[in-house]
Amino acid sequence: MSTVTDRLRGLDARRVELVSLPRQWWGSLPTPARWVVLVVLAALLVALPVLNPPLLSTPDSDFPTVLFIVGVYCIAALGLNIVVGLAGLLDLGYVGFYAVGAYSVAVFGSPSSALATHFPWLVCIPIAIALSMVAGVLLGSPTLRLRGDYLAIVTLGFGEIVRLTALNSSKLGGAAGITEVPAPPGHHADGSPVFGVLDAKPYYWLALVVIFLIVIASRNLERSRVGRAWLAIREDEDAAELMGVPTFKFKLWAFAMGAAVGGLAGAVFAGQQGFINPESFQIQLSILFLAAVVVGGAGNRLGVVVGAVLVAYLPERFRALAEYRILVFGLALLLMSVFRPQGLLPSKRREVELAVRREAVDA
Amino acid sequence: MRFQRMARVTIAAAVIALAAAGCGGGGSSGGGSGGGKVDYASCKYQIGFFGALTGDAANLGINIRNGAKLAIDQYNAKAKDCVGLVEFDSQGVPEQAPPLARKAATDKRVLGIVGPAFSGESDVADPTFEQAGLPTITASATNPKLADHGWKTFHRILGNDATQGPAAAAYITGTLKAKKVFVVDDASAYGKGLATLVKAKLGSALAGTDTVQQKQTDFSATVTKIRASGATAFFYGGYYAEAGKLRKQLSDAGGKGIMMVAADGVKDPGFVQAAGRAAAEGTIVTCPCLPPSKTKGTFAADYQKAFKIAPGTYSGEAFDAASVFLRAIEGGKTTRAAVNAFITAYRGDGVTKTVQFDAKGEVTDKVIWAYKVTGGNIVEDQEVAQ
Amino acid sequence: MHFLLDNFWDLSVTGLAQGAIYALIALGYTLVYGVLRLINFAHSEVFVTGTFASILVLHMLGLGSDDPVPSAGLVVLYMVAAAVAAMIASGLTAVVVERVAYRPLRRRNAPPLVFLISAIGASFAISEAVGVFVGRNEVRVPNLVQPQTQFHLFGAAVSNRQILVVVSALVMMVALDQFIRRTRLGRGIRAVSQDPDSAALMGVNADRVIALTFVLGGLMAGGAAVLYDLQFGVTRFNAGFLLGIKAFTAAVLGGIGNLRGALLGGLLLGVMENYGSALIGSQWRDVVAFVFLIVVLMFRPTGILGESLGRARA
Repeated sequence: MSTVTDRLRGLDARRVELVSLPRQWWGSLPTPARWVVLVVLAALLVALPVLNPPLLSTPDSDFPTVLFIVGVYCIAALGLNIVVGLAGLLDLGYVGFYAVGAYSVAVFGSPSSALATHFPWLVCIPIAIALSMVAGVLLGSPTLRLRGDYLAIVTLGFGEIVRLTALNSSKLGGAAGITEVPAPPGHHADGSPVFGVLDAKPYYWLALVVIFLIVIASRNLERSRVGRAWLAIREDEDAAELMGVPTFKFKLWAFAMGAAVGGLAGAVFAGQQGFINPESFQIQLSILFLAAVVVGGAGNRLGVVVGAVLVAYLPERFRALAEYRILVFGLALLLMSVFRPQGLLPSKRREVELAVRREAVDA
Repeated sequence: MRFQRMARVTIAAAVIALAAAGCGGGGSSGGGSGGGKVDYASCKYQIGFFGALTGDAANLGINIRNGAKLAIDQYNAKAKDCVGLVEFDSQGVPEQAPPLARKAATDKRVLGIVGPAFSGESDVADPTFEQAGLPTITASATNPKLADHGWKTFHRILGNDATQGPAAAAYITGTLKAKKVFVVDDASAYGKGLATLVKAKLGSALAGTDTVQQKQTDFSATVTKIRASGATAFFYGGYYAEAGKLRKQLSDAGGKGIMMVAADGVKDPGFVQAAGRAAAEGTIVTCPCLPPSKTKGTFAADYQKAFKIAPGTYSGEAFDAASVFLRAIEGGKTTRAAVNAFITAYRGDGVTKTVQFDAKGEVTDKVIWAYKVTGGNIVEDQEVAQ
Repeated sequence: MHFLLDNFWDLSVTGLAQGAIYALIALGYTLVYGVLRLINFAHSEVFVTGTFASILVLHMLGLGSDDPVPSAGLVVLYMVAAAVAAMIASGLTAVVVERVAYRPLRRRNAPPLVFLISAIGASFAISEAVGVFVGRNEVRVPNLVQPQTQFHLFGAAVSNRQILVVVSALVMMVALDQFIRRTRLGRGIRAVSQDPDSAALMGVNADRVIALTFVLGGLMAGGAAVLYDLQFGVTRFNAGFLLGIKAFTAAVLGGIGNLRGALLGGLLLGVMENYGSALIGSQWRDVVAFVFLIVVLMFRPTGILGESLGRARA
């Protein structure tokens, strides 16, 4: 028995070594070479649905669509990372904002909605972002005074309230949902829409662009005064308050920013789906988003993206497992958190913290 | 500490074992599920099944898949070029539909789809099928609005909710002669839609209404409302799990005498399981589906032989749907456009009805049957006039 | 409004029966939270295994799902067997969850969020494993108590089954409260929940205390499972998910980490849901529950009775 565990441990150590190799290699590269590598990687990402690589491709479902869904999860996880990873607030109702975003596009854009304003997708996007932010502030202002786990259950409740309100309001389509949700604009030379219902590749590329923009934006945000305030709140809220950081204001900001990105993710999703109903916004989705953030490495954007890829891609890739799909997924979540509590790609700062804490325990 | 290590190893082993088992199972169901007769994947033409085979809503999906599979296997036993069955397991959830629908649309061997099984996923998948010119025949999605989009590839081989709701109401006031009727729905598109139609038809006999939630367990508030209304019968628009629990809780609270009438979403053995035989007894279930005993030919016996179980709700309708596609292929219609044209012009006898579609894709010959829970089984009662 | 007033007592009685089950499950959340300051997301599955274990034992004793209610003497025997089976199954599940999803992470001093994810993973895995083994349909519970009206409370009929559910739940909660207040093991739990470091210095074995806490929570969930089986007569592999969320809501409502808070929160949530359903329709049931929680927390940020397993008893 112990030889097996030892071997597993050995494997784990080897894997850790392997994981750190690219980082070292990256560090040793001169700047121009880094750019070349980045461009090649970006090109590969863009070409992925066209290449349709054999092992990576999903045998039982359309690969470009799966890539798009993975992209939506990435957007949502990046947004949730602002709330959970940067500001350290536990949000279990993130799907609520995602739903607000999706419904904004549907209600304002679809000719069959109660409003029937028939706005194009591009006009709906800022509305979706604004409404999600409003929802974030509405939820945050009474509840952000609560600590940790109280916030968790309240946000979870909020997610359910949003879903059930949509379900029980005929103005929002009820359970029947809203059809004819507008797709992003654009036409080919022959007049057919770029964002059609048959080909998901344009949606995937759209998601890539959005992810890129959010990564840049949140990177800047993290390095700004706001980002440093979030960090202080995450590490020790009382100390931060004493040092003159208006914690409530910055927590509200984190909530609003996270909500905005969640709303954007929902809006992108709705554009591809063409039809939405409350069924697509169950609590489980909040849990999956959170799992993406934590499994990938809370606080680290690249880690969060990796986490989102795993959470969204694995169940689609292994459709052949049929009945056992969720069972295996649950075990995978459990194993990943037990073996990599810091996440697959932890933020450097967090990794150091964890090591320090472990030393403190061992001493 | 040792236990912890052991636990980890056990889990790791379990994951590997499960993964292996799952792969094995998946491989056989994906590839050679022809029951050892035909390797579906090798066939030149394929018919797709689109609906839930796993997850909460799997029961209905499996009934339909089996019906379609029986038709295909019978065809393959005689024909020289085999036709395959390819399964798209959406779990009945709309957001799972797009990748599967596009997979079906881009696989040129797929000439027709039996499904999508539910109305929600139909709203997502049907535009893709329409764009791809891939004909569909659904054997269970009964939302009337689906036929209003002008989709040329859309066909429905059973009466929609607009025919079932009024029929159920007529049964309640006519056959049961109930003077005060309570109406409950589960807020689902299906349940609410039906309940609205029933309410409209009931008119002054309507004693009160309530809406419950799917996945709810405790129905005490609804039970109190039904009893306080003085109703002698109630209609439930929704699915069997909640229907069963509500029926039991109403009986337990002294409402045994209040008759229950429900629609096809409740026509599942799971209803009797959830309510218990005693409480379920006498419940009326309407369905736009023909009882297996009334199906023509040897369908019921063949199905029993193939799957070791009697045909379920919509198995016969699925058999007919698949048969239409098979006759098209048999007749040399091997492009999607040709198959769709064939279906539009089709008129022929199926095991459940004479199959012919109108301009909107609705079947012209609609039947509504009332079933009654008797001795723990849902058995046919009588055909309901529309 | 009229309807609510007319049927106030009827709604209260049925609400209390549901609330008692919430409260028993809420105890599991509260115990673990009191000691570890963590949400045990897998507690809903601890409950579900109990509901199935009691059915299994009843079947093994030869009682079929649709058999008539046995004679009074036998009923007691069956009930005890079902309760013991459910408590063993739930207790064991709780221990396994602690060993597999919690202890390794405690050793590595992982951040709290990771515990949440490992518990969620365990929850998915257990629930799906039950789904694979016993199927995904409703599973019927053999009928043990035929509900009969015993007396009327302000015009509302109170059945023998409702009395049984509420009284059993109260007895279990009192027993747990006394256990924590009066026994040495209970003192250990209080010590760890007040200050784990000092408790360790005083020679309290934290691992054992934590394991014990999970077991106690499991036993309560097992009790809840039997009462749930009796009350609703049917269970399902995923029956725990929503119920768990409601029970956790109840625990927070009363003041998480506080045993009496769990009781109060559970009962309150049960009746509030019923009043809300009567007032604006059953479809708003969960919305009523969550809005009620948010409003309460706005005025009492640590729940109605406040936090802490250790202090609230004083």
